[in-house]
Amino acid sequence: MAANLSLAAPPPFDAERVRRDFPILDTMVNGHPLVYLDSAASSQRPLPVLRAVEDYETHSHANVHRGVHALSQAATAAYEGARERIRRFINARSTREIIFVRGTTEGINLIAQAYARPRLRAGDEILISALEHHANIVPWQMVCEQTGCTLKVAPINRRGELLLEEFLKLLNPRTRLVAMAHVSNALGTVLPVKRIIAAAQSFGAVVLIDGAQAVPHSRVDVRALGADFYTFSGHKLYGPTGIGVLYGREELLAAMPPWQGGGDMILTVSFEKTTYNELPWKFEAGTPNMSGAVGLAAAMDYVESLGVEAIAAHEQRLLQLATAELARLPQIEIIGTAAHKASVLSFTMKGVHPHDLGTILDAEGVAVRTGHHCAMPVMTFFGLPATARASFGCYNTERDVASLVQALGKAREVFA
Amino acid sequence: MDLKELYRDVILDHNRHPRNFGRIEPADGRAEGHNPLCGDRLSVFVVLDGERVADIRFEGRGCAISTASASLMTEAVKGKDRSAIRALFDKVHALLTRPDAAPDGALGKLAALSGVREFPVRVKCASLCWHTLNAALEHGAATISTE
Repeated sequence: MAANLSLAAPPPFDAERVRRDFPILDTMVNGHPLVYLDSAASSQRPLPVLRAVEDYETHSHANVHRGVHALSQAATAAYEGARERIRRFINARSTREIIFVRGTTEGINLIAQAYARPRLRAGDEILISALEHHANIVPWQMVCEQTGCTLKVAPINRRGELLLEEFLKLLNPRTRLVAMAHVSNALGTVLPVKRIIAAAQSFGAVVLIDGAQAVPHSRVDVRALGADFYTFSGHKLYGPTGIGVLYGREELLAAMPPWQGGGDMILTVSFEKTTYNELPWKFEAGTPNMSGAVGLAAAMDYVESLGVEAIAAHEQRLLQLATAELARLPQIEIIGTAAHKASVLSFTMKGVHPHDLGTILDAEGVAVRTGHHCAMPVMTFFGLPATARASFGCYNTERDVASLVQALGKAREVFA
Repeated sequence: MDLKELYRDVILDHNRHPRNFGRIEPADGRAEGHNPLCGDRLSVFVVLDGERVADIRFEGRGCAISTASASLMTEAVKGKDRSAIRALFDKVHALLTRPDAAPDGALGKLAALSGVREFPVRVKCASLCWHTLNAALEHGAATISTE
């Protein structure tokens, strides 16, 4: 099309060039080149992330916030520099609002135990959606057991979309906390979180967004969203495992008691009285994951060098292509057909259990996730034990989609 | 990695047309098995005549390996006594897990499961029904999990 040739158009996204940054993509699996379609479970890491971690471990490692010696200062600078990088990435006001955690699960548990548990009482309500990952269900069930408060669940429709009207009806003055996914990990549905946040806050509720599946696929600006809390994992954003981020509005974090006690989270300790450290360190007991933080910061540099919007547009093209290709196969049923989706294509094949499908695809070198995706209530809603899920990242290509379609043909042959 | 070794005709046939599929009520022993990894669930029902399994059925939802394995198991154990079933389970377990397991004539059609050992993550699919049968025979009523 002529419009695409205009000088104002951005350069086309070069996924082949991107692939060269990910050495693991050269792996052969069962005699076939790896086709990695499981980035929603964990993305791969590019060379700049691997090198940043290696560089930290090789040249800068010592414990942070402790020593006057040169390496301790270097480690502290690297760790706190990563915090500032993350603040910029999600546009938080201050690094005091950026808490390092192990991942999204720990971020949610921190809010459950340090925000919700001390405040909520019998009669109070926590509101989630029927799309949530177990990590955004179980911590709230634990708070309900601990405090006597009640868990409410906003329903979804057969396309896998949140019923916004039903959600709004469930909001009431007893709603103290709303916890919701930004993007569903099982179905790919993008939730209208800005509206959800504004509506919940108008009832005085505090809102936590589980951004694990959103941050890799969209520009997230926590202030523009108005989120009270927002949490995500490094390893789904091309960063290392064991590192994640909890963003919280400073006034909320400041009013919360610490979650875990130990070193680094204190100012003074005596057997009579301990004073806690300032934000953000109040919530970071013990020696943190410095190399993980450095790797995550490098991952954010990498993502921004490609362009968050350019990655999102590329993945959207692949999602649309794959959706169209699979819709043409009569045995395939796509699960989750929301109008607004990101990166995830969940499906079943008639007569072939998802677990068998996973094995056959793996024999062809195609890595997809099969199972309940840690979202058993979503599977129950659709009356399924499991689905197969293909998910896309910046390094996937149209060839990967073709390989998936070809491997599905193989499954049909085996189970003919 | 040969898919034909895993999905042999016997396996595909028993997946498509599971034998002894359904419930027995009342049963002398029943148990439910669950594989949280893939969501497989199956129930095993047994009618005992002394030490002997006079009748057996299973029902549930699972992958081809777990369904076929359960179907083959019900055919293999019907009419056998507890000690013979235990001995057979040991042979099946060896078949599923030991790379050097020699074909054993006593296995009969169960030998079709030998391809599973090339796919370690699928061993639990094939063994779930046997653990569930074990629970049904040992405890009368129980729920077991592969995790």
